[in-house]
Amino acid sequence: MATLQKASRRDFLKIAGTTAGGLVIGFNWFSCDSPKVEVISTEEILSSAKNFNSYLSIAPSGDVVIYSPNPELGQNIKTSFPMVVAEELDADWSKVRVVQANLDTEKYDRQLTGGSGAMPHSWERLRKAGATAKYLLVAAAAKTWNVPSEEINVDNGIISHKPSGKSGHFGEFVLEASSMEAPEEVNLKDKKDFKIIGTPVKNVDSKEMYTGKPLYGLDFYREGMLHAMIQRAPFGMKIKALDDAGARAVSGVTDVVTFGTSVAVVGTSTWPLMKAKKLLKIEYEPDGTTIESSADHDRIFSELMANGKSEVRRKDGNVDSAFKNAAKVVTAEYQCPFLAHSPMEPENFFAHVQGDKVELIGPTQTPDRARQETARLLGIPPENVTVEITRLGGGFGRRLRADYVVEAVEVSKAVNAPVKVTWSREDELTGGAYRPAVRYRFEAALDESGNMVGYKLRGVGMNAGNTTRENNFPAAAVDNLLIESVNYESSITTNAWRAPITNFLAYAEQSFLDEVALEAGKDPVQFRLELLQRAKNNPVGQPGYDVDRMIGVVKMAAEKSNWGKNPNIKQGFSVYFSHRSYVAQVADIVTEGGTPTLKKITAVTDCGLVVNPTGANHQVRGGIVDGMGHAMYGNLTFENGLPKQKNFDTYRLIRLKEVPEIDVHYVDSGFDPTGLGEPALPPTGGAIANAIFSATGRRLRSQPFIEQKEFSDIKLDIRRS
Amino acid sequence: MANYNLKINGKTHQVDVEDDTPLLWVLRDHLGLVGTKYSCGIAQCGACTVHINGNATFSCVTPVSSVGNAEVTTIEGLSENGDHPVQKAWEEVDVAQCGYCQAGQIMQAASFLENNPNPSMEEIDNAMNRNICRCGTYHKIREAVALAAKTK
Repeated sequence: MATLQKASRRDFLKIAGTTAGGLVIGFNWFSCDSPKVEVISTEEILSSAKNFNSYLSIAPSGDVVIYSPNPELGQNIKTSFPMVVAEELDADWSKVRVVQANLDTEKYDRQLTGGSGAMPHSWERLRKAGATAKYLLVAAAAKTWNVPSEEINVDNGIISHKPSGKSGHFGEFVLEASSMEAPEEVNLKDKKDFKIIGTPVKNVDSKEMYTGKPLYGLDFYREGMLHAMIQRAPFGMKIKALDDAGARAVSGVTDVVTFGTSVAVVGTSTWPLMKAKKLLKIEYEPDGTTIESSADHDRIFSELMANGKSEVRRKDGNVDSAFKNAAKVVTAEYQCPFLAHSPMEPENFFAHVQGDKVELIGPTQTPDRARQETARLLGIPPENVTVEITRLGGGFGRRLRADYVVEAVEVSKAVNAPVKVTWSREDELTGGAYRPAVRYRFEAALDESGNMVGYKLRGVGMNAGNTTRENNFPAAAVDNLLIESVNYESSITTNAWRAPITNFLAYAEQSFLDEVALEAGKDPVQFRLELLQRAKNNPVGQPGYDVDRMIGVVKMAAEKSNWGKNPNIKQGFSVYFSHRSYVAQVADIVTEGGTPTLKKITAVTDCGLVVNPTGANHQVRGGIVDGMGHAMYGNLTFENGLPKQKNFDTYRLIRLKEVPEIDVHYVDSGFDPTGLGEPALPPTGGAIANAIFSATGRRLRSQPFIEQKEFSDIKLDIRRS
Repeated sequence: MANYNLKINGKTHQVDVEDDTPLLWVLRDHLGLVGTKYSCGIAQCGACTVHINGNATFSCVTPVSSVGNAEVTTIEGLSENGDHPVQKAWEEVDVAQCGYCQAGQIMQAASFLENNPNPSMEEIDNAMNRNICRCGTYHKIREAVALAAKTK
């Protein structure tokens, strides 16, 4: 059934004229109200001469231009957003062109990439933008042909009237349509009538990517632009003395600039700067905070786990009496290291400061933050800062920060020239803003029948904020529950990292629940289902998750993976809810000739409606590969405030031969789409760890797996079909 | 500084750079051929892969002084219209997520298939294991190389 959408009158602009104009529909990003309508000239639309960022535009030629506001870093939003608009418009996809919008806080709300939130935020807005444009085109055709609009059909960019045999493409009606008043209400399609949504539409930037066109921030060059590379201080240190004579002597170096605890070498091209940076002689001294090594972190974890002042995040029932009266108590500690984000395109940004105006161009997940921090640094109004968003060569959360943007602003101001700051890989690994290191202690109380009657989680994090997700499973399924978090203020900077907190918490929790299930003498899937049934029938407090959807993915994953059916296949189960989506995974290990071989990971996802199956599969597989790679290998350790791993020779990333077959399924739950950039990652470490335990009897309670003594004599092979 | 006449994508380019300048930075900073990517700078990730006399080479550790008269091919010169069988396969399979590493992946695959037109999956795995994809598009990369081998 089609749904009727209400819209408020004040959101419409009066249509201003009918010069050689195309039809332009603004996505009203601020609310769920219907879009605005404006007229601009076709030439302006198609030449992109002006920034009509928020608009869907249709030219008299029938070409449709859709501006994509959110930064594209591989999550495929630049393809899936326009698909939604084109669907409701009934456009001919081959005539749709997609253009990345610049930052425009007046036209867009939430112009950022993070938290897997873009699709749920914009789903209805995008549909209304397309539907409103279609309504106007139909009304225009009805007026032109003098026929009732109810008799008009729209399909694949063609408007037709069967009784009279008349038809024409969108472009023929844009002039007329632009003189009409936008409707207050528009009908949205019934989901069963979708023709573009749900089909595997190819990435709109394919051709450019595969022919080497300049798409990314690092590909931006401008006549007269200078390059800069920066030496940053170790954590907890500041500059005591600088000798830059050697760096300045390098041919191609034009300047050396110091700001804060950083020293920038500036020059006419990149390579001389890489050499010059190594010739900087910088003496550092403590900045009065802490200078930390990994051994300190282990000690701090132990101290704070025992005595640290905690914040109680959730408390249900009476845990003290539950644990006192328990038939059995299971306790385990889990730990994860710091991680770098390591996007393939290192941090970089272009800045040109001219008086009180700044031009910024580059890869950012948060263009508005880049603008705000720049304005704050220079003491200028934010509207004096423009931000052009390039394609991002990955982000993983690193580009939520604007530290590398502000550096470019600092240098441009200091040398009074347009400047591109480029980070080397070494800079990326040592320059901070990491996934925080965390230690967890879990405790479970079992009654005589093996029911979990008490559950305690205490997390200690290094600048991690809240290390828990207190309302996630198994909350609401256990009578007596205590979730606490302790934060340590470290001099090492941290930041959101794909699926923040849950990227490690999910592994620890799902591995621990596996331990508890086995101690209770229960099948791990059955154990989870019993808890979920409890949360459904008689919840303890409020669950922060949809119990039915969680049960849905658990059951389907068990079914698709043939859970427990083949005694030769040792399996590990894991399920997690994050960023509004539900993902269950099963890892299969078969021991062949004494070598345990990871053969397959089965993943079942409930992200509501799948907009683009290709994009969705990419995010599920990519999330699993990411989760597996970092669980197996990822490790950033510190010595005197500096990471020991400085490039990919010592900071190991997963490679092609190390990924197993991944079998991807979706639950058709009927919900509107939720995001998928993150949710497939959290369950992976647990599924693999539980399968390793099942196959070898070794419980891996720390990451990376390959550096644990429990793993030292296990040679895990990977086999693809 | 010294003058070098480099044969790149069928044309001769003259550049005046230091001897130790990696070919990668000559391409990017001096010739505007930015399809070849910087990522690690130490021959670990393969984002900078180009062909030198047809062989896949990490341009980030190839000093310009070592190139001599060799024929250099970058992603921009792999085909005239982006229709090399490997590029077409990449499009057909829709390989990319962020896409940053894919030019290097394509150059690696194109050189590999030139030398081994009918590879086994294991040979594909071994060849493509040299290049890192941080987004984890490895399943699609395998599929695309196999498709390119079939359609070549």
